[in-house]
Amino acid sequence: MKNKNLYNYILGIADNSLILGQRLGELCGHGPTLETDIACTNVSLDLFGQVRSYFQYAAKIADDGRTEDDIAMLRKEREYLNVLLVEQPNTNFAYTIGRQFLFDVYHLAFLTELEKSKDLTLSAIAKKSIKEVRYHERFSSDWVKRLGDGTEESKTKMQEAINDLWTYTDELFHQTEADKAMVKEGIGVDVTKLKEDYYENVSELLEESTLEVPESKYFQKGGKKGIHTEHMGYLLAELQYMQRAYPNMEW
Amino acid sequence: MSTKNWPLWEIFIRSKNGLEHRHSGSLHAADAEMALENARDVYTRRNEGVSIWVVESKNITASNPENNGEMFEPAQDKVYRHPTFYDLPDEVKHM
Repeated sequence: MKNKNLYNYILGIADNSLILGQRLGELCGHGPTLETDIACTNVSLDLFGQVRSYFQYAAKIADDGRTEDDIAMLRKEREYLNVLLVEQPNTNFAYTIGRQFLFDVYHLAFLTELEKSKDLTLSAIAKKSIKEVRYHERFSSDWVKRLGDGTEESKTKMQEAINDLWTYTDELFHQTEADKAMVKEGIGVDVTKLKEDYYENVSELLEESTLEVPESKYFQKGGKKGIHTEHMGYLLAELQYMQRAYPNMEW
Repeated sequence: MSTKNWPLWEIFIRSKNGLEHRHSGSLHAADAEMALENARDVYTRRNEGVSIWVVESKNITASNPENNGEMFEPAQDKVYRHPTFYDLPDEVKHM
C-alpha cells in the first residue's frame, strides 16, 4: 500500500467511533428508560454514519479491492486501532455516561483540529461530524452533572465509573507512528497538544458535578497498537457474527 | 433504585413548513431541560422540527369526556352557525 500511514491514521479515528457506536448499540431496547435508550442509540447511529465516511475513504486509499464493510467488519482483534476507553462495557448507566463524557470532550477537541487538516476529505468529514459530537458532549455532560449532583446512590455510581475509566484517558493523547507522520504532513492532529485543555475541561465539569477528580497517575495503554482489554473479543464476536457465520451475506 | 417515575411532559414541535407548534406526543423527563433533550431525540430524529415546546402535562387542564353531552352536542344541530347561507357576490374573492 502506497499510503500506509494515512490508511492507519484513518483507521485509528474510525475505529474509536465504530467500537463506541457498537457499545451504545448494545443498549438498543435495554436503556434505563425509553427516552435515554433512544438518545444513546441516536448517538450510536451518528457515530456509525461518521464511520462510513472514514472507511469509504480508507477503502479508496487501500485500493486493494476491499470495501468499506470489509475494512470495518473483517479485521482481527489486533488490527483494530481504537483506544481502550471506547471498548469498555456498559457496566451500568453511570459507566455508559462516564465513558461517553470522557470520550466526547476529547472527540470534540479532536474534530475541531481535524477540520483544519490539509486533507480535504478528512476536513470535510470533521466539519460534518462536529455538530453531532457537540450534541453528544452536551448530552453526556448533562448526565454527568445530573448523576454526580443527584442522589447519594447516583453520585457513588458516577464517581465509581469515573474512577474506573480514568485509567484509559491518557492513551487518547499518545501518538502512533501514523500520527507522527500525518502531523508532519499537516494532515493529522497533534493529540499531545489537546491534553492540557482536556484535563482542565473534564476536571471543571466533574467539580461542577460535585465529583472528585481522580488523582491516579497510573494509566493503561495498548489499544492504539491493537492490544486490547479482555472485553474487545466479545464485542467483536457480536459485531462480526453475521459476516463470519454467513460470509458475503448482504442485507 | 428509585422506582418513582419522572413526570410526564407534552411535546409540541413546529415543522419546517408549519407555522404553528403541533402536539407530537408525550414523554417522561426529570425537568424541562431534560424534556427538551428527550423530545429532540424521540420526536425530531427524522428531521421533523425546527422548534420544540415542552409543557408538563399536569399544567394542562382538559375537558371531562363525561361532560361531552352538554359541552359539544348543543352545537351539532346549529348548522346556521356555518357561514354557508350567504350569497357571495362574484367580486369577492378568497372567501
